[in-house]
Amino acid sequence: MNPADPSFALEIRGLVKSFEKPAVDGLDLSVRTGEFYALLGPNGAGKTTTLRMITGLLKPDRGSITAFGIDALADPVAAKQIMAWLSEEPMIYDKLTPIEYLHFVAGLWGVDNDLAEARARDLIGWLGLEAHAQARCEGLSRGMRQKVALAGALVHEPRLIILDEPFTGLDAGSARLVKNVLRERALAGCSVIMTTHILDVAERMADRIGVMVAGRLLAEGDLDELRRQAGAANGNLEHTFLTLLDTGAAERTVTA
Amino acid sequence: MNRAGTILWFAHHEGRLAWRDWLWLMSGRRRSVRRAALGLIAIALFLHGFAFLVLHRYPDLSRPPDQRMLIVLTGILALYGSLMVSQAMERVTRAFYGRADLDLILSSPVTAWRLFAVRIGAIVVTIAAMSLALAAPFINIVSWFGGLRWLAAYGVIAALAMVAVAVAIILTVGLFRTIGPKRTRLCAQIIAAVIGASFAIGVQFAAILSYGTPSRVVLLQSEALTRFVPDSGSILWWPARAILGDLPALAVVFGISAVMLTVTISIFTPRFGQLALATGGVSQNSNRKGHRSCRFRRTSPIRALRRKEWMLLRRDPWLVSQTLMQLLYLLPPAFLLWRSFYNGSGSFALLVPVLIIAAGQLAGSLAWLAISGEDAPDLIASAPVTTARAIRAKTEAVMGVITIIFGPFVVALLVLAPVSALITVLGVAGAAASATAIQFWFRAQAKRSQLRRRHTSSLIATFAEALSSFSWAGAGALAPASIWLALIEGLFALAIVAGAWVISPAKNTKRSSGGAQQHHTKRIEVFQAGS
Repeated sequence: MNPADPSFALEIRGLVKSFEKPAVDGLDLSVRTGEFYALLGPNGAGKTTTLRMITGLLKPDRGSITAFGIDALADPVAAKQIMAWLSEEPMIYDKLTPIEYLHFVAGLWGVDNDLAEARARDLIGWLGLEAHAQARCEGLSRGMRQKVALAGALVHEPRLIILDEPFTGLDAGSARLVKNVLRERALAGCSVIMTTHILDVAERMADRIGVMVAGRLLAEGDLDELRRQAGAANGNLEHTFLTLLDTGAAERTVTA
Repeated sequence: MNRAGTILWFAHHEGRLAWRDWLWLMSGRRRSVRRAALGLIAIALFLHGFAFLVLHRYPDLSRPPDQRMLIVLTGILALYGSLMVSQAMERVTRAFYGRADLDLILSSPVTAWRLFAVRIGAIVVTIAAMSLALAAPFINIVSWFGGLRWLAAYGVIAALAMVAVAVAIILTVGLFRTIGPKRTRLCAQIIAAVIGASFAIGVQFAAILSYGTPSRVVLLQSEALTRFVPDSGSILWWPARAILGDLPALAVVFGISAVMLTVTISIFTPRFGQLALATGGVSQNSNRKGHRSCRFRRTSPIRALRRKEWMLLRRDPWLVSQTLMQLLYLLPPAFLLWRSFYNGSGSFALLVPVLIIAAGQLAGSLAWLAISGEDAPDLIASAPVTTARAIRAKTEAVMGVITIIFGPFVVALLVLAPVSALITVLGVAGAAASATAIQFWFRAQAKRSQLRRRHTSSLIATFAEALSSFSWAGAGALAPASIWLALIEGLFALAIVAGAWVISPAKNTKRSSGGAQQHHTKRIEVFQAGS
């Protein structure tokens, strides 16, 4: 595989990060351009740590991260320019209105004022936030705050969207709205990598799914490929995922 | 184990939490009793040394009390008492508004007033302990020089704490009743700050008006005040007499204070549960519409960040009042400057250091808000802006506010005393830069609403920030007399800042990442990974 292959939005090689024990342990992972990739795993598998390293929020101990051919460790600013990060906890400012927040984020990414204005209006409308556009975020519900944060992640039109549990706290309507927005972005050529514990969402939305356990990728592929790797002839993602985890646990016990 | 829901059960629960908090504060994450004890001994030795340096110049501490001594002691008690009421009010308000575990307890089938009775008792103990901790070195040294009778001061301080908490409860509940729970939090905070500063500032104003100097000691020891106050047999001097070992006076002062607190608690605690429920329905958040919108026009990332800091500060009256309350202490110097314009006097020896200390403290608070109080650290860290540029923008935002507030003082000084103006500029810049740097090195992610508790997040940072501000102020005070002494003092301030850097988490994280400091490392790396 060519390390700077433009057909890959994201390439991770030998990524290692340890705290008191290894959190990510030699991870190799690739996301293709325009692909929707779901990263699954039990709690403590290293999913969030991986995403935080991709976005430049954590320094890896070893390994490489390349986004659209840009070495994210050597040139983090250039890599960040094309990425967006949305964490489980919405990163917004209580004292700003949603429209001000979007302008601020656009300012951080150096988006032209008129363009920022147009995109902010589009996103506010798209996400159904018109009624709250001029109210300070402190009065918004958790779901609305998450939508504002998502709008912030999209306002600079990133080529790679990185999402950590984006559906936490969203009601059914908001979740559907967010899914539609993400699907449209993916169809428009944007790459998405997302962690989630809602396996239905991953099954329906993702082109490929990676299952991470103990800092390593245990299995990867579409649902059929995962079924094959799990040795399960059929069944939904939940069944396949749990089978994979059981297999992985048994293998680790034997290795130990 | 006590029966659940009783006062003793709550007291055990609160005591355990308080003990762990204190241990964490003294020894950090290791929570070692030995480490905490060593830290405590070091602080006690330092404070005793300081008290010795202050008091050894007064050899006549064993003499019988005269009118002047009673005035000075009463003045000190009034100053101490006003600060205690201020602290107590802040804590009583927090007891109602802090929702940490209140929702859990109020939703349980226990009687809430018992919890509040325990919490009010804990406030008395905390206020008394804090006050005694600060006063103890002076009481011990003065007892050494002037006789054991001075040890009675411990009893007076404890009595004063009881009165302070009783007054704070009455004021806070009174505010609840008159202006409602929504406005009480902000008003209580402002009133607490005004009460805390009122006596000190009032005496300074009186001293400036009477003697043209902001020195409180000059006023308290003046002939005019001695002639004005009641004679030494008056009941007004009983607290001062109690400090001097008059046991009947001590018994009366302590007894009245205990009765006052007991009556206040028994009258008000049954209603505390309702008050806490009322605060639970109040959001500090205002869903305001129609205000002037800010569009971050003509923005670069640096400008956007700078502007964001100013806007967040401007839109949060609660934070603004907390931050700007420190500037109350600038009123006497401002008044002194204003008078100097008219009578041509030039009493700036005390003015310059006051300005420098105020600038250091204000810069520390603003830097904490901008750096540790960043609501969206991940957003900033994931933006295509280097750490250095982001920190530069935040520092510029802090320095911009400092310039706006202290600029007029410097301009006024420039007209009256250009040299003092130059010294002030250098001192203010040094103190503000030092405080900002220390806040950056010791940053720890926190909610902006925890500004009042920023001093408890790191004792080292707090001491380093205060010491550097005082050293810059010392340099400013010495400069007119000796430039060399001022330079030495300035170098001392720089050494404090350098020392803070050496032991700061930021430096240690640079040296080795990971290990036991997982969470702290993550926080630091949020800022470092992008650089």
